[in-house]
Amino acid sequence: MTMIRHVPARLARLWVVPVVLLVWELATRAMEHPFFPPPSVIVVHMRDLWFTGSPARLWLNDTALANFPQSLGRLLAGWVLAGVGGVVIGVAIGRSPLLYRFLDPIIQFGRALPAPALLPMFLALFSTGTRMQIATITFGIVWPVLFNAADGARSIEPLHLETARVFGLTRGQRLLRIVLPSAAPKIFAGLRLSLSLALILMVIAEFFSTEGIGFQLRAAQRAFDLPGVWGAIVLLGILGYVLNQAFLLLEKRVLTWHDAKM
Amino acid sequence: MIPRLFSRPFDSALFCGFLGVAGLLLLAEAAGRLGLVSTVQFPLASTVLVTAAGLAADQEFLVDVGATFAAWALGLSLTVAFAVPAGLLLGSVPAVERALRPVIEFLRPIPSVALIPLAAFVFTERLDMKIAMIMYASTWPILINTMYGLREVDPLAKETLRAFGFGRTAVLLRVSLPSTAPFIATGVRVAATIALILAISTELLAGGSDGIGAFIILAGSSPDGLTLTVAATVWAGLLGIATNGAFVRVERRLFHWHPGTAT
Repeated sequence: MTMIRHVPARLARLWVVPVVLLVWELATRAMEHPFFPPPSVIVVHMRDLWFTGSPARLWLNDTALANFPQSLGRLLAGWVLAGVGGVVIGVAIGRSPLLYRFLDPIIQFGRALPAPALLPMFLALFSTGTRMQIATITFGIVWPVLFNAADGARSIEPLHLETARVFGLTRGQRLLRIVLPSAAPKIFAGLRLSLSLALILMVIAEFFSTEGIGFQLRAAQRAFDLPGVWGAIVLLGILGYVLNQAFLLLEKRVLTWHDAKM
Repeated sequence: MIPRLFSRPFDSALFCGFLGVAGLLLLAEAAGRLGLVSTVQFPLASTVLVTAAGLAADQEFLVDVGATFAAWALGLSLTVAFAVPAGLLLGSVPAVERALRPVIEFLRPIPSVALIPLAAFVFTERLDMKIAMIMYASTWPILINTMYGLREVDPLAKETLRAFGFGRTAVLLRVSLPSTAPFIATGVRVAATIALILAISTELLAGGSDGIGAFIILAGSSPDGLTLTVAATVWAGLLGIATNGAFVRVERRLFHWHPGTAT
């Protein structure tokens, strides 16, 4: 993929966005259907709900500050836990065929479990609250990281490891200097997938709690507040987009030496 | 003399895997029996297994499993019927791809489950709703993989056919589609997992009367609810493994000539 594009050309490509917004606005206005409010109504409703605060607080009001940071915090906590756990277990089974044979059926099973079905179980174990949400997110998203880390650790150039051994690098040094860097591109691909899954599980887990963006969505649904439902969806979409872009930036920084195409 | 079969048991994936599973179950059982985990909070492994075995003969549960898989199969087929042609169009006509890319990039990050509350208003029939949710979430992997696969088609093969006077459609059907097929298959396999997750999530979150998700919700209110829930979840996992395994197998058989096929 070529990265360098001229900014005006990039903006010109977005011509379809205002067109879609206009068609959406006109169509919903013509329909006058309560389930499909026009985007202008959604935006105004979103501002009233969350963005009436002072500019010093990025316009976020109390409702927003009582819900957004918590959601984001749990999402990132779950993601970091899943990232660390997935890399540790993944690299271990990628480097040890014996361990892989022992754990493979368990891991296959864990991956096949539909994460939302585990919610009642985690609710019973931890009751509602942060621990239950982080557990749900972590368990649901650890698999892509784990599988990619294992795959990356398995397919390391044997010559590199042999060379390192000849030069007398210890096991720990080989792990840090050869295994992890070689597996990094695959690990990052897994981490990216996990991040978008984390958002999904955050929403599901918050449906069953008392604060957070997911809870606000659920509350809007219960109150038949359709613009509120749409607003929460738009907000989550923007959050997903921002998280993905932030991740791509981070990945570019960390993997500068690696010229792989995604 | 020890028979050869047992000479190096740790080389056998089956033996090791069995030991691993048995070990985990024993650990869970021991944790419960020794009081490390309260059995009120989490049922014993043996209780779960017995309940799970009982579920296999439970008429009600089987009907629910059937309902979930019917929605899953229907939703997945419709997704394939929609996403593969869409991916072929986007992948082979750059103008369309350029125009729709921003829209796709804004739609894709919307977490699928966030749409369930909206879908609960829009759809009156539970089956329609499950299928709509499945289609939204599992379109992406198929669409993206199809587009990606088209980019990897050997240009020489396309040029050759064109030189012999074949039109665009003929090139698409004779070269592009067959060489994209393994990528599409991988997309469908990923989509199949997502579709199952969405089917169960929709049942869990939007209520309704049938499906594994509805069974889990209903079980939650009975006295030994947690045991039933965990047992149903075990089945959900096993069924997930079975479907994924079936897809991998079909992929290997159909595309054994393709280097990057199924791991």
